[in-house]
Amino acid sequence: MNLNKLSVGKAKEGLKKRAFSSLDITKDCIEQIEKNKDKINSFVTICENQALEDAKKADRLISNDQDLPLLGIPIAIKDNFSTLEIKTTASSKILENYIPPFDSTVVRKLKDAGAIIIGKTNMDAWAHGSSTETSDFGPTRNPWNTNYLPGGSSGGSAAAVAANEAIAAIGSETAGSIRQPASWCGVVGLKPTYGRVSRYGVIAMASSLDSPGPITKTVEDSALILKVLAGKDEMDATSSPLPVGEYSKGINTDIKNLRIGISDSYFNGVEPEIAEIVKKAIKKLEKLGAKIEDIKLFDPKYAIDVYTIIQRSEVSSNLARYDGIRFGNERNLFGQEAKRRIMLGTYALSSGYYDQYYNKAQKVRTVIIEDFKKAFESVDVIIGPTSPTLALPIGSTKNKSMFGEIADMLVEPSSIAGLCGINIPVGFSKSDLPIGMQIIGPQFAEELVLRVAHTFEQETINENWRKKEPRL
Amino acid sequence: MKIDVFKVAKLANIPLTKEETNLGKQLEETLSYIENLGEVKTENVEPTSQVTGLENVVREDKPTPSLSQKEALQNSRSTINGFFKVDAILEQ
Repeated sequence: MNLNKLSVGKAKEGLKKRAFSSLDITKDCIEQIEKNKDKINSFVTICENQALEDAKKADRLISNDQDLPLLGIPIAIKDNFSTLEIKTTASSKILENYIPPFDSTVVRKLKDAGAIIIGKTNMDAWAHGSSTETSDFGPTRNPWNTNYLPGGSSGGSAAAVAANEAIAAIGSETAGSIRQPASWCGVVGLKPTYGRVSRYGVIAMASSLDSPGPITKTVEDSALILKVLAGKDEMDATSSPLPVGEYSKGINTDIKNLRIGISDSYFNGVEPEIAEIVKKAIKKLEKLGAKIEDIKLFDPKYAIDVYTIIQRSEVSSNLARYDGIRFGNERNLFGQEAKRRIMLGTYALSSGYYDQYYNKAQKVRTVIIEDFKKAFESVDVIIGPTSPTLALPIGSTKNKSMFGEIADMLVEPSSIAGLCGINIPVGFSKSDLPIGMQIIGPQFAEELVLRVAHTFEQETINENWRKKEPRL
Repeated sequence: MKIDVFKVAKLANIPLTKEETNLGKQLEETLSYIENLGEVKTENVEPTSQVTGLENVVREDKPTPSLSQKEALQNSRSTINGFFKVDAILEQ
């Protein structure tokens, strides 16, 4: 029946009408996963038996007219989210047999909303990457062309959504790890404001940056899932006490007179094909009534330095807990990338170097935050390409000492400032690879960012490029 | 700038193999890439350690459900009598 191709919205409609069951959808997803296991390798763990049981339970609730936001919908979860009694590895050999005794808050909320967990997706080990090539369990391949990478670190989740192996997925972003693989895989990826979604139970990468968020087929799905995930959590002291918005309600409002900021510095070094398609997309928004304004944003090249230092320093601290005593295997099993990052972080925090590196990076972080604050006085959102390149071929990250940090130049500034940003697909290259555009908003402006994204999506819903499907 | 890879590895408690001693060169590469951070003027700029602006987030001092001892120990490769077993750090 190909029910795995449905969006969350369409799946919910069909379940309500009793056109099909949750078991039907779940079976179709599992079939698609099994068919493409070796071609794409998006999953570390496939929860086939549990998912089928949960689908049957969901069907019983549906037949009793129970209504939960994600009841009966199969969702794929990035393998850095703790899942009770389901192996959680962060795609690392150190945690290859680790089974958490608790659920992360994100997973608990998804379960409370009736979602079916279909499996745990592949990622760059410890989320250290922008390709999913540095997974300790083999790379995930881009469904649009399996000789190419899906991006990362949420590459497994993005690929699973693009390949219709799940109806939606959960990822996490420290600086680019949701938006960039969403861009390379042609799907919608939302990085909420830092603190909007609880980090409790997420295997920590950089604690001042990590932001869990949804990866979906449509913007409407993204808004729906954000509402489920967002909110203050007693278990995460950095989670925001601000009220959660009615994200799905606001997205249909038009964008007349909305002020969109474009900065030249965010088009420097971007492949011409990408820049052209993104600029065409921005023109469409202008035709719909938005006002385009040239702004001068702080050069993103400095964000690479700030992010490299802060992230690697926080990583060196967070990964100290993997001592092989209370859980996991011994530290000699860290991969090359993890070792590189831990050691650079250790160096940057060590006596004699702390001021030169970590302290300096934190000061430039303030400069970046202030720069965005100033920009948002004259514009409502900032738009530009998500990634300077299209998906790159398998093998592109070998022996690169900082592949990820350089690849994520255009998304690092907004991550450093804790802002929200969404990637939406806006077309394809001549080589049939997806092109993504990002919409960045101030902290807690998810409603606005979703509204702009939804407007573009609906305006272009019948365009030919949307009819393309990955050849698998 | 030359990095003492062995010193850093010791601080980070990362065992290095012979092949991995060239990690020093890669670390130096990364450091030279981020040198240009010095170009940014930061006199009188306060460092930011977190972007939420939240301070002193506390909860009521009431015990709440947590992990059982069994759950807390279940992922360890080496336990004894309800304790984690570790290498000796003191000599007799």
